[in-house]
Amino acid sequence: MDIELILKVYPYFLKAAVITVELSVLTIVLGLICGALGAASRLSRFAILRFIGAAYVSFFRGTPALIQLFLLYFGGPQIGIQLDAFQAGVIGLGVNIGAYMTETMRGAIVAVDRGQTEAARTLGLSKAQAFRKVTLPQALRLMIRPLGVNINAQIKGTALVSAISVVELTYTAQRYIGSTYKPFEMFFLAGVLYLIIITAVGKGVSFLDRKVRIQ
Amino acid sequence: MTETKSFVEIRHAQKSYGTLEVLKDISLNVERGQIVAIIGPSGSGKSTLLRAINDLDPLTGGEVWLDGVQVNKNLPHNQYEKHINQMRQDIGMVFQHFNLFPHLSVRDNVTMAPKLLKKISDKEANKLAEEQLDHVGMLERIDYYPAQLSGGQKQRVAIARALAMKPKLMLFDEATSALDPELVEEVNLVMKKLAQEHMTMIIVTHEMDFAASVCDRVLFMDKGVVVEEGPPEQVFKNPTQERTRNFLRKHLEGAK
Ligand SMILES: Nc1ncnc2c1ncn2[C@@H]1O[C@H](COP(=O)(O)OP(=O)(O)OP(=O)(O)O)[C@@H](O)[C@H]1O
Ligand SMILES: [Mg+2]
Repeated sequence: MDIELILKVYPYFLKAAVITVELSVLTIVLGLICGALGAASRLSRFAILRFIGAAYVSFFRGTPALIQLFLLYFGGPQIGIQLDAFQAGVIGLGVNIGAYMTETMRGAIVAVDRGQTEAARTLGLSKAQAFRKVTLPQALRLMIRPLGVNINAQIKGTALVSAISVVELTYTAQRYIGSTYKPFEMFFLAGVLYLIIITAVGKGVSFLDRKVRIQ
Repeated sequence: MTETKSFVEIRHAQKSYGTLEVLKDISLNVERGQIVAIIGPSGSGKSTLLRAINDLDPLTGGEVWLDGVQVNKNLPHNQYEKHINQMRQDIGMVFQHFNLFPHLSVRDNVTMAPKLLKKISDKEANKLAEEQLDHVGMLERIDYYPAQLSGGQKQRVAIARALAMKPKLMLFDEATSALDPELVEEVNLVMKKLAQEHMTMIIVTHEMDFAASVCDRVLFMDKGVVVEEGPPEQVFKNPTQERTRNFLRKHLEGAK
């Protein structure tokens, strides 16, 4: 392994890692928003919203994220959506992970014992009050770990935007292979940086989970 | 609208799930301060009847009245929600599996609803929690979480939670069935205390001795109808109906 080369190029990889982190943060925030809206729709008492929620989930989970990204970035201009690569990456991947998060959040909400809502309603709380005071606080605790799994997948998933030339970690590795002909070193370096990001986030999720866990 | 005479009136309650008729024209009057036990075999509709009183399981026919107000009034959806939430504040309910809120401390379990619905201050809420928990002998566990309590303690907190709303009527659905035998008594004692304080109560139970000792009246239900009804001495000692005798005999054998 060419350590000297790694030491020479790693500052550029760090810069690229910052882009990967930015992409991750933005897509995860967008994903959480889409997930919350999706879960609310899927659990709505209005059939039309339930249908929209279900259609959203099945489209985005039922097609490759890469196709969704290409559709948005390359196909978008044809229907009047002009986005630069970074924007397309954030929106495409964010909306995609939102479909997975929809299911995670919905699963956590329905996993809260029905008796909890019954007890709250029996005391005189409205449906909305029972949800806010009793179901949601318990569901939020239940969803931290599975959302952590979604987030882990999403960080790795940002590598897909290298296919539309966003200069993040994977794209940077590929670019340096072009000039150095050292794919092992370049991918190894990129892999280590992904590992550092994911480990840090994983620790954060575990910490949060332990902190709010119900004894 | 007809005048009601009794504190609680159930008139011609009927409930079906599809083609399955679970309650068949049940009527029941309970006076203020009275304690009524409902007994009967599994699946006879005891829980369904109890849960119809606070509209947790809405009836498909018939009326429920509490203190001169119809609980299951026919109102447009939004108005009905307001009405039923108000009514439920007056009807405490205790469940077999306690259903304490696990994310809240014992104190917050008791004060959450009064704070939210009666807009009482934190200070008043604390006083209320202390009073109610003291009443059920759980004051020293006020800052515990439900997971740190035994079953009997959980159920006593659940009773305090219901009482904190100052209900006019308390419903108990097999409050001691999920408890280890040695924990049953502490909950029974709390219920007896409420009886002495003249709380109006409707109690679904499998404990005949307890029913006999605290109740003014016993209802024996089977297959969605009230088969027999009367003071405990009569229903337990001299049942007039064959079905009641069979049930009591089986129950006695089961208890041995
Ligand atoms: N949601 C439901 N859908 C269909 N059938 C139901 C439903 N809830 C209850 N039932 C049926 O209604 C009948 C009465 O049930 P209920 O729970 O009131 O009986 P119970 O007397 O309380 O019995 P147990 O002593 O076992 O608690 C049973 O046959 C039950 O299967
Ligand atoms: Mg029952």
